[in-house]
Order: sequence, then structure tokens, then C-alpha cells
Amino acid sequence: MGMKHFFFRKKSREIAKDRLKILLISDRVNCSPEMMEMIKNDIAKVISKYMKIDTQTMEIQISKKGNKGHDNKTPMLYANIPILDLYSK
Amino acid sequence: MSEVIVVTSGKGGVGKTTTSANVGTGLAAMGKKVVLIDTDIGLRNLDVVMGLENRIVYNLVDVVENKCRIKQALIKDKRHQGLYLMPSAQTKDKTAVSPEQMVRMINQLRENFDYIILDCPAGIEQGFKNAIAGADRALVVTTPEVSAIRDADRIIGLLEANEFKQIDLIVNRLRPDMVRRGEMMSTEDVVDILSIPLIGIVPDDENVVISTNQGEPLVGNNTLAGRAYQNICYRVAGKEIPFIEFDKGISFWTKVSGIFHKN
Repeated sequence: MGMKHFFFRKKSREIAKDRLKILLISDRVNCSPEMMEMIKNDIAKVISKYMKIDTQTMEIQISKKGNKGHDNKTPMLYANIPILDLYSK
Repeated sequence: MSEVIVVTSGKGGVGKTTTSANVGTGLAAMGKKVVLIDTDIGLRNLDVVMGLENRIVYNLVDVVENKCRIKQALIKDKRHQGLYLMPSAQTKDKTAVSPEQMVRMINQLRENFDYIILDCPAGIEQGFKNAIAGADRALVVTTPEVSAIRDADRIIGLLEANEFKQIDLIVNRLRPDMVRRGEMMSTEDVVDILSIPLIGIVPDDENVVISTNQGEPLVGNNTLAGRAYQNICYRVAGKEIPFIEFDKGISFWTKVSGIFHKN
């Protein structure tokens, strides 16, 4: 904790917003963090059959499709999977 | 045509009863015939907020159990013509009434009133189900806090599952000074997260406590909360009223003119 921490401290308004956004997504789809971890591992296993991926930094998350009202609230599963090497045949 | 509005929040203590009392009183002051129904069986409070606690003879459970007629249970307001309260029972519990019984009672009341306002209990159990059963639209009350917003989101989901066509948001107890310092979520933040239409912003105002102490709703009074509730009433009745911008800084000239306009 130094000067940097003091000057760049995130305001609690932003912290609350960030926490809520993540919390509500899992509330809405009724999906626990453990289940997300299982999904992540399974996806990694399947993709690994075809290409070399970085399983350490890959991440998956569920988020809202858009922000334009409730009709457009279909949740989406996003996966960011860094590819280390595409297998060449 | 009458409209049945449920005031709900999920979390307790965010201002459902105060909102019910003020919206009901405000609509009655606009010349509408209004009945306020306290659906919190076992923990009734709308009667004290309205200052009518000494006039209760019969209650909602008595009506449902056919121990009295609806008219006998309705308490006429002290100040406003056309405003009535149906008190809840204090000694019974939530299971004393079923959603079907609520619907039946509300349909009878529709014949005589323009607005039927249901003050919903906290939680999502039987009491909540009773309160939403006969309603056409909902006012969801929340404060700009993580816990209240989370519960409001859950409630909105349940209302949508019950095919509510109109669900509007009231952001209660906003502290503009804290929003300006970045230590409280703004109205825009809350609307962004919950993504339902906004119908009112009520600033945190000590006058609410004072008015509750006195048992007289402050809607229409020249206080911040009084004006905010008045605007909500207009919007509920379908008028387009611009939102008071509490989040913005007060300009020098507004302050100066404020000094001269004080009585």
C-alpha cells in the first residue's frame, strides 16, 4: 500500500457496480462458480483435441447479450481461449 | 377503468410501505378513488404510516374469511376524500390468505376504485405471491445498495415470469452528495443494471422520518421527498414529468435564489 494505491483507489460506486454485474449474471442463470469451472475444463478438453491452447489464461463468462431492456436479455456464454499453436495436418 | 398496482422490493426496509402510503395519498389528492391494501399479514405497518391505527375494527383476513363485508373493513382516510385503507391482520400469519382469495377480493374492489395499491411484504414467499396475484402492474422499490438491487433483480425476474406487462422502478434514498463523491451508485447505474423503466427517484430526506412519526404522508409537501413522490403520482397516472436532477451539483444561482425564496 503506497501512494499509488492512495491515488488510484477504485471508488466504492465502481466496486459495487462491478460486483453486482457479475453476481446478477450468476443469479439470473442459476449457475454456481463450481459449475462454471467444470464447463471451462470440459471446453478446454474438447478444444485441446484440435489445437494447443493456453488453459491457464483462458476464461469463460456468462454475460448479457445487450443492454437494451429486458427483451434483449438472453444470456450469452463467452469463452476467451488463447491459441498457442494450431495443429497443422 | 381501475388499475391494480403492487409495490414490492424483495428486500425489507427499502421503503415499500412509505412509497405505498405516499403514492396512494398523492393519487387521492389528484381526485382519484384509491384503496391501499396492506398485504403484510402478521406485520402490519401501513396503518401507522397513514396515521389510521386507532380506527381498525376489521381487517383483510376477516374479509377473506367472510367475517365482515369489504366495506366494513375499509378505513376512510383523515384528510383525503376517496382514500381508503384495508388493514392487514396482526395476529394471523401469511398462510391465512390464498392468492385466489386475494384475486376475488380485488375484483370486487375494482368496481368502486380507480387505483388499488397493494403494499407487498418483504421476501418471495406466500405473502409476495398473495400480493402479486391480482395486480396489473408493479412498482419495484430499491435503494442504491448492492443487497437491495440484487433482491430487486430477483423480484423483477419473478414478476416477468408471472407475465407482468408493466414493471417500473423507484430508486429510493438516493444521496446525491455520495453519488458525486463516487461512493454511491447513481440512478443511471441502477437503471443500467436492472434495465426496467424508471418512474421515480426519491432522495434520502429526513422529512420522511418526520412524516412517518406524525402519521401523515408527505407527498405534495414542499420537501425534496414530497415533491419526488408527487412526481411519481403524476407518472403513475400517465403524465410525463421530467426527473429532478439530484445527482447534479447545485449551481450558485439556485443557491442564491433559494435564500430569497425561503419563507
